[in-house]
This record gives sequence, structure tokens and C-alpha cells, in this order.
Amino acid sequence: MFGQFGWHALTLLLIAARWTVLLSALAFALGGLAGFAVALLRTAPSPVSRTLTAAYIEIVQGTPVLILLFVAYFGVALIGIDVPPLLAASIALTIFSSAYLGEIWRGAIDSIAQSQWEASESLGMTRWQQLRHIILPQAFRISLPPTVGFLVQLIKNTSVTSLISLVELTREGQLIANATFRPLPAFVAVALIYFVLCFPLSRFSQSLESRLHVGRQS
Amino acid sequence: MYQFNFTPVFHNLPKLFTGALLTLAISSLAILLGFAVGVVCALLRTNGPKPLRALVSIYVEAVRNTPFLVQLFIVYFALPTVGIRLTAVEAGIVAMVANLGAYAAEIVRAGIDAVHRLQIEAGAALGMSRLQILRHVVLPPAIEAVYPSLTSQFILMMLASSLLSAISVGELTGVAQLLDSLTFRSFEIYFVVGVLYVLITLVMKAAFQAIGFASFKRWRRLGGANLVFAPLQRFRRLLTNGRSA
Repeated sequence: MFGQFGWHALTLLLIAARWTVLLSALAFALGGLAGFAVALLRTAPSPVSRTLTAAYIEIVQGTPVLILLFVAYFGVALIGIDVPPLLAASIALTIFSSAYLGEIWRGAIDSIAQSQWEASESLGMTRWQQLRHIILPQAFRISLPPTVGFLVQLIKNTSVTSLISLVELTREGQLIANATFRPLPAFVAVALIYFVLCFPLSRFSQSLESRLHVGRQS
Repeated sequence: MYQFNFTPVFHNLPKLFTGALLTLAISSLAILLGFAVGVVCALLRTNGPKPLRALVSIYVEAVRNTPFLVQLFIVYFALPTVGIRLTAVEAGIVAMVANLGAYAAEIVRAGIDAVHRLQIEAGAALGMSRLQILRHVVLPPAIEAVYPSLTSQFILMMLASSLLSAISVGELTGVAQLLDSLTFRSFEIYFVVGVLYVLITLVMKAAFQAIGFASFKRWRRLGGANLVFAPLQRFRRLLTNGRSA
């Protein structure tokens, strides 16, 4: 890799891309769990939980990922442990995705007609049964395209973790750019790898959306 | 036990405000230019000649499927190797405009697609030229329809401007990093900066609401009610579990 951008550099990038994928998957799984809780609390009957989760979403969506990352990085350090960047990155990205996924799923739940709630209530269902059997299955279908779309945003946002020296795809690209003095091929290769990860998902999200619209019109 | 100490942060608040002003200035410029690029690209993609449509599609997909940080690095670190030298602020603005332009193009295109064909035919029947139709019949309702998505994209762009600190621009996050290395009060600084970003977001949301109110007749016809009572109603719905339809 000294002075040359070749196969070796490309291999290094692909190895680093594993961290990008792993981090995205981790943040999506954990953020999904937390986001599900956020969505349920945001649509719960209690005004307290609705207001608190609304505030949570507003605050997280009003803060850059980079600042979330720094707050997580230096916040965890306050406990006095040496923070591995991966831990800080996972925490920050989990918080980030919990707010966005929570808001997406809140929208899906709210878009279910009020009559569905009333009909299931008149059948004597408890709130949990209503959610489990009537509301969530319908909301799931609606929320699928934006959820996949958000996954693309999440993968792209993992690049921010390079700024706390987590050696994922973008950081490795920087290292290679510095070592070879050829930033153009290095960063273009990085961009291409991101594109290969994201483009199929973007397309998938679009096709899900058009399928959903076809289903509605018939 | 860690002792929180916010005094160094408050002593440096003026510096943070200067950074926040630069964030606002850079974001405003990028939003104006990016929106213009987006509208032109959306028009080209829907009404332009075939090869241009393909070109615009490639631009939009390339930008939307790669991280902003990498785009920024390409503009700032890679373009000089092919002879295009920009200062950090210029590179940041160029990257932001290119990024926002692609997203805005996609959003505005959705709005254009939503305009009914009969409207366009009616315009043609009145003897309007193609350009007049686009300017007077297609664009106004298209932009009004997608205005909410457009403004949330603008706000995401303002938040993403924090990444400009990675190429040494002294905007809000850049100032924060400088103060961090001077005072070592990392957590306190980034916490306060986070609060400042939330404030900027809220101010921008209000500003976009006001701009929408000033630009769209329909909003005005609905009266000030839309501006004042809509949040109130939203709050009431929040309290009543959304069941006071």
C-alpha cells in the first residue's frame, strides 16, 4: 500500500467495511428495540409518556449524530472506565436510530384508522390485544418502506464514527489516503463500497413503497 | 466521583455563539443554493432531454447512497489532486450544496409528479409556453405539497454541517472541539452544544413555518389558525390520546 492504491488497499477497505456493517446491524437491532418502545409510549394513553417521548424524539432529532457521539463518548467516560470507541459508537447510534425509528413507527400506528381501534375495543379486546392483533400488523406493512429507507441513513451515518477513530470504512479510507498520498482513488473506492451497500436497500425500499400503493388502490 | 463544571463552558459562550452564527450562515447559504440546484435537477429529470435525465438520476443516486462525510472528504482532500483547490469553508459549502441538491431534487420531483396532468393541459390550452407552465402551473403546487419534507431535509442538512468540523471549519462543533482541547471539559461542552443545536433546530422550524405562511396563499386563507392553533390542537390531541377527532 506504500505509494500505491491497488488490490491490497481495496482488501483493507473491504475488511474495514465489516465494521460498518456490524455497527449498522447492531445499532439497527438495539435501536429497533428501543424505537419500538418509543413508538408504543408515544402512542400510549398516558399524556405523560406521550409528552416525554415527544420531547425525546425532538431532542435527538434536533442534535447532530456527531454531537450524540461525543456526548456518549465522553459521557460514558465519566463513570471512570476507558471507553472503547465501538461502545460509544453503538450507544450513540442506538439512541439516534431509536428516535428516528420511533417516529417512523409512531406515524405508522397513527395512520391506522380510528375505527380499527374502536371496532377492536367493541370486541372487548384489551389494549395489548388491539395492538398485537389489529393495529401492529397493519402498521408494520405501512412502516416497512420508510424503515428500510432509514437503514440506508443509518449505514451512511456510521461513517461519523470515524471521527472518534473507530476504524470502519471511512476511517480506513482516510488512513489509506494518508499512506498513499492518493486521496481520490481511496475516497472514491470508499464511496463505491457505501454505494454497493446502500443502493440495493434504497431500491428495495422504493419497490416496497410502490407495492404498498398498488395494494391500496385495488 | 466526577464533578461537573460548567463554568469554563459559560465563560466561552460568546465563542460558541460565534460558531453557531457560522453554522447558521453556512447552512442558510447551502440551503438556498441546494434548493435551487434541487429544483433545476427535478425539472431536468421530469422535463429535460433524455441523456440529461439519466445524468441527473446518476447524480441523485450517487449522492443519496453515499455518506455526506465521504462526499466532504472527496471535495476537500481529493479534488485538489485534480487541480481544484478550495478553502475548508468553500469545500464545506460545495459538498453541502451537492448533497442537499440531490435530496431536494428527489423531493421536488415527487411534488411535480403529484401535479395532475389536467392542470398542465389546461395551462397549454390557455396558450402558455412550456416554461410558463412549469413556472406558474407545476412548480408552485409541487413545492407547496412537499414543503414539509423539504424543510425537514433542510434541517438535517444544518445538523450535518457539524461534520464540517472534520475539515477544520470553525462552526459550532469546530468551536466545541477547540474549547474541548483548551479546557478538557469535554462532556459539559458537547452537552451544551447539543442544547444549542436543538435550539437552532427549533428556531429554523419556526422560521420555515413563517416562510411557508408568507409564501402559500392556501396557508394564509386557512388563517393564522394554522400557525397558532395547529400546535395547540396537536397538544390537545396529545393529551386526549388522539381521539378528539
